[in-house]
Amino acid sequence: MKIILEARHINKYFGSPKKVKVLSDINFTINSGEFVTVIGKSGCGKSTLLYILSTMDTDHEGSLLIDGEPLDTKKEWELAKIRNEKIGFIFQFHYLLNEFTVLENVMLPGLKLGKFPAAEIKKQAMEKLDMLGITDLANSRANKISGGEKQRVAIARALINNPDIIMGDEPTGNLDKKNREIVFDIFTKLTTEFNQTLLIVTHDESMAKISDRIIEMEDGKIIS
Amino acid sequence: MNYKLILNIARSLLLARWKQTLIAAIGVTFSITMFIALLGFMSGLNTLLDGLVLNRTAHVRLFNDIKPSMEQPIMLDSAYKNSYPFIHSVKSANSRQDIYNGTQILEAIKKDNRVEGVTPKLLTQVFFNDGTVEITGVVNGIDAIMQSKLFHFGDYVVAGDINGLTNISNSIILGKQLAEKLQLNIGDNVQVVTINGDRFSLKVLGFYKSGIQDYDKTQAFASLATAQKLLNKPENYYTELLVKLHDLNQAPAIAKEYAKKFGTQSEDIQTANAQFETGSFVRTLISYAVGITLLIVAGFGIYNILNMLIYEKMDSIAILKATGFAGRDVKAIFLFISLSIGIVGGLLGLLFGFIASLAIDQIPFNTESLPAINTYPVDYNPAFYLIAAVFSLVTTFFAGLFPARKASKVDPVVIIRGK
Repeated sequence: MKIILEARHINKYFGSPKKVKVLSDINFTINSGEFVTVIGKSGCGKSTLLYILSTMDTDHEGSLLIDGEPLDTKKEWELAKIRNEKIGFIFQFHYLLNEFTVLENVMLPGLKLGKFPAAEIKKQAMEKLDMLGITDLANSRANKISGGEKQRVAIARALINNPDIIMGDEPTGNLDKKNREIVFDIFTKLTTEFNQTLLIVTHDESMAKISDRIIEMEDGKIIS
Repeated sequence: MNYKLILNIARSLLLARWKQTLIAAIGVTFSITMFIALLGFMSGLNTLLDGLVLNRTAHVRLFNDIKPSMEQPIMLDSAYKNSYPFIHSVKSANSRQDIYNGTQILEAIKKDNRVEGVTPKLLTQVFFNDGTVEITGVVNGIDAIMQSKLFHFGDYVVAGDINGLTNISNSIILGKQLAEKLQLNIGDNVQVVTINGDRFSLKVLGFYKSGIQDYDKTQAFASLATAQKLLNKPENYYTELLVKLHDLNQAPAIAKEYAKKFGTQSEDIQTANAQFETGSFVRTLISYAVGITLLIVAGFGIYNILNMLIYEKMDSIAILKATGFAGRDVKAIFLFISLSIGIVGGLLGLLFGFIASLAIDQIPFNTESLPAINTYPVDYNPAFYLIAAVFSLVTTFFAGLFPARKASKVDPVVIIRGK
């Protein structure tokens, strides 16, 4: 089994001058193809951990390896490149660019990576939209579609560069039952059919149930 | 960096807020327009005012002044070789007023490639007779064609034809005030008495108006041949040689050189009209100061609008960063936005500035002292357009730089978690 992501002795403090320890000595690994959920009560530090793992928050102790590569000494633009190439994101509030169409939103990280010509990226983006059943929205503006549709667009965008790992911060937290189930189905399909690695932070018990492994956190520590 | 993508994102952000963008661009356009119009107009006026004097003044003037000889007989006596003589009340001898070897000097100067042209002149005092009244005046014997070409003589002749001076013998052009005093019209004859007492009758061909009344009260112009005839002198008799140079700034050096070489006195234009340079320098300085202030104000406008745009687009910036755009990419996006406002606004400003200049150029401007000018003068110097273009880019660049740096430092975690 190939290790995609590894966290070693991660500590994180908030606040100054009085420091509050929010994460203490976090150690774990995620293997290729695993569907991992992180659960825990509000304020237990699970989102904080996710943003550290996402490389966006670099203000922490301990080290982080993605695809066997340590990230400690990377510069801001190198981390941005890693996010672009190896990590796909899904957030609770969709976060699409309203100035662009759905298709353009999906294509954007691909164009940034620049591995394929624009026409090829467009074709791939259409494939992703097709897989998620939203091909007909391709040319709609991102702010003209429903919340559930937005979340599916965000998933398509996360997939565009075929990342090593997809990270999600409460991706179903803002959705109704029907849309939540659609997202569950997509995640299941991704892990079973495409062997996609997923790391999802969630409150949702039913989401945790469909995952391969559950990491439970409490007071900044992994308890199981 | 993928500039096509960056440019594309910048364009989309711009178009999403096209009203603010338009206002920012109008700010730049307005300031560039004013800059061009103001500088063109000011510089046109400067050139006009300077031209009043500088255009008709020789850059280097060669002449023979009446002054005492520098070499007194006692200096030649070997007995007093090591002494310093003090001589009181030295008088000028009856030296010649014309330039010795005038024709040869004229030819020599013509061959100098620093010289645009040279023309001889003969000045002589006369009396104009009007019945029993005698009015003192000066007759300038000139080569009318060359004088027009080099010193714009023709521009100041308000009535009549300057070619007549050379073609019609015994003809004269009178200063406007002088002609009024003598009650003369074109085609009349004027009686002239020379300092030698000779009496001539000259035909009035036209009127001259310099814009300086005192000058026009006394001056009259005739051909060199006519002036030589008045003085009863041969045709190589000139009292002055007027030189126009290609480069005005060389005048002092060349004046000195010629004085030494040709053994005459010389005077350069800088010495003769020192105050003019100061005046035009200060006027130019003021117009640049106003123009640049306008541009800087426009720059602040862009700065504000970009700052607002960044606050509005925090989410977009965060998402760009989360999906793999580095800080420098975000910075480039906002710099592109700012520069495109500068480029579009600047180009339109140059166009409108040119149109405004054309409009000012059409406004009637008639003044007694400037017969050759009918509309406000405008300078279309390409340098103004270049300065305006460069400056609009520089201001918009800096106006965009600070907001862009701010945008590049946006922490995506704070924005995404903050919701």
